[in-house]
Amino acid sequence: MKRELVCVSCPLGCPLSVELGENGDVLSVTGNTCPRGKKYAEDECTNPVRMLTSTVKVNGGKLPVVPVKTSAPIPKGKMFDCMKVINNEVVDAPIKIGDVIICNICDTGVDIIATNEV
Amino acid sequence: MLKYDLAVIGGGPAGMAAALKARECGVAKIIILERAETLGGILEQCIHTGFGLHYFGEELSGPEYAHRFIEQVEKTDIDVKVDTMVIDILPGNVVVATNNTDGLLEINATAIILAMGCRERPRGALDIPGSRASGIMTAGTAQKYVNIDGYMPGKKIVILGSGDIGLIMARRMTLEGAKVEMVCELMPYSGGLTRNIVQCLDDLGIPLKLSCTVIKTHGIERLEGVTIANVDEHRKPIPGTEQFVECDTLLLSVGLIPENELTRMAGIIIDPVTNGAIVDEYRQTSRPGVFACGNVLQVHDLVDYVTQESQIAGEGAAKYIQSKSKSRSRSGKCIHVKAQNGVRYVVPQNINCTTDGDVKIYFRVTDIFKNAKIVVTAGDKVLYSKKKKKLAPGEMESVPIKLEDIKKIDKQDIIVRVEA
Repeated sequence: MKRELVCVSCPLGCPLSVELGENGDVLSVTGNTCPRGKKYAEDECTNPVRMLTSTVKVNGGKLPVVPVKTSAPIPKGKMFDCMKVINNEVVDAPIKIGDVIICNICDTGVDIIATNEV
Repeated sequence: MLKYDLAVIGGGPAGMAAALKARECGVAKIIILERAETLGGILEQCIHTGFGLHYFGEELSGPEYAHRFIEQVEKTDIDVKVDTMVIDILPGNVVVATNNTDGLLEINATAIILAMGCRERPRGALDIPGSRASGIMTAGTAQKYVNIDGYMPGKKIVILGSGDIGLIMARRMTLEGAKVEMVCELMPYSGGLTRNIVQCLDDLGIPLKLSCTVIKTHGIERLEGVTIANVDEHRKPIPGTEQFVECDTLLLSVGLIPENELTRMAGIIIDPVTNGAIVDEYRQTSRPGVFACGNVLQVHDLVDYVTQESQIAGEGAAKYIQSKSKSRSRSGKCIHVKAQNGVRYVVPQNINCTTDGDVKIYFRVTDIFKNAKIVVTAGDKVLYSKKKKKLAPGEMESVPIKLEDIKKIDKQDIIVRVEA
């Protein structure tokens, strides 16, 4: 199987072509112009991860929501599951940057942390 | 009248970095005037990550990036007035501002740094026919609604313009449960970062329609849909390609305009291409003692570069204040820096012959170029030449010019151009 990607490691945006084996393992990467492109293609095809950012409802704050992010990138496929948990959460003010809002979200081993003060 | 060495107009990333740098360079009395309730500027609503990779070597969210500077400002005795609107700059560098506690304020400052940022190009600038139905807004307005005020402005969305804010909002609205039908881009390429196209559109299966625009909006009270059409190479809609798309919200991400009303009122000369002031290597404008930096000077892609530019302005203002020679840029001869073939604009536009260090020239290209060369010349002499695999209008470029080369220039202009 073949997958076409655009590398995002730098502004060049090389078009990558990835040859995948039956088990989804990467057989070859072409189109990259540097080693970072190969690594990007391998990561994207085997374990794509993303930083997730959103907001969480706040009680008793000056603002109704506080911005949050994942403490590390999470598997791409879990983004919408994590959003459900984030949208059901309500926290009380005051909140400081770096406060853990949700621990180990969706068993990813990653926390949701506040990125602003309320 | 209040008396300060330096008045900084705008408390976003540009204003804070400029004020902090001026303080580091020994300027004693500094005030930052900010129109919003808090310092931080637009970063406060940019909750996505990707800020600070160059400057801090970390991937921060907007509020986190801002907070690093807010904390530093709070540690100093730099005065800050929030909720304060600057309304004029009078001769003699007097800043007139107003707020609810002080009423009308007059601040006499030896130097002024303009750091007012930019605003989004509004619907009115596009002339899209249709009534003033609710549900049509800029992407940044929607960003504020969702990220600061905590409510969703719509359920079924079309985005016009593939600038980074539009792409970021396509992802944000989708994550919050809205259906983003498509992003339409007038140009044959996107103005946004590749990374954002991949992670904000491709990841979520949102189509990007290039050479396509919105030609009509439907609905009286609330937006009910838009008519889109493909455009030809002259960006004119092609008859017969019209298509109705049902939506309740149209987000516009169609460019940013530096907010230079004060600059114009102060009689400062504006570059017609950047829509920002014409400046020298320390970002001093045509008015002695008045400096400009950040998005009010030229629209940046990355806040990291805003910080760097603002530090240059902060240092320049400090030098100006310390020398007190109000004619620094006037008395010395100036070398003009000019954009040619393939280069849309340059910043700074002038370099003083008496400058004291290497100068970096920032610019944008007019089109996408592949395997082209950036060439900088003065007369017959080539000051810089470098081959680039790719150049795009959406990516700001910079070239370093050495002090020893600047010293050798006699009367000629410095020309920056692209050679295919």
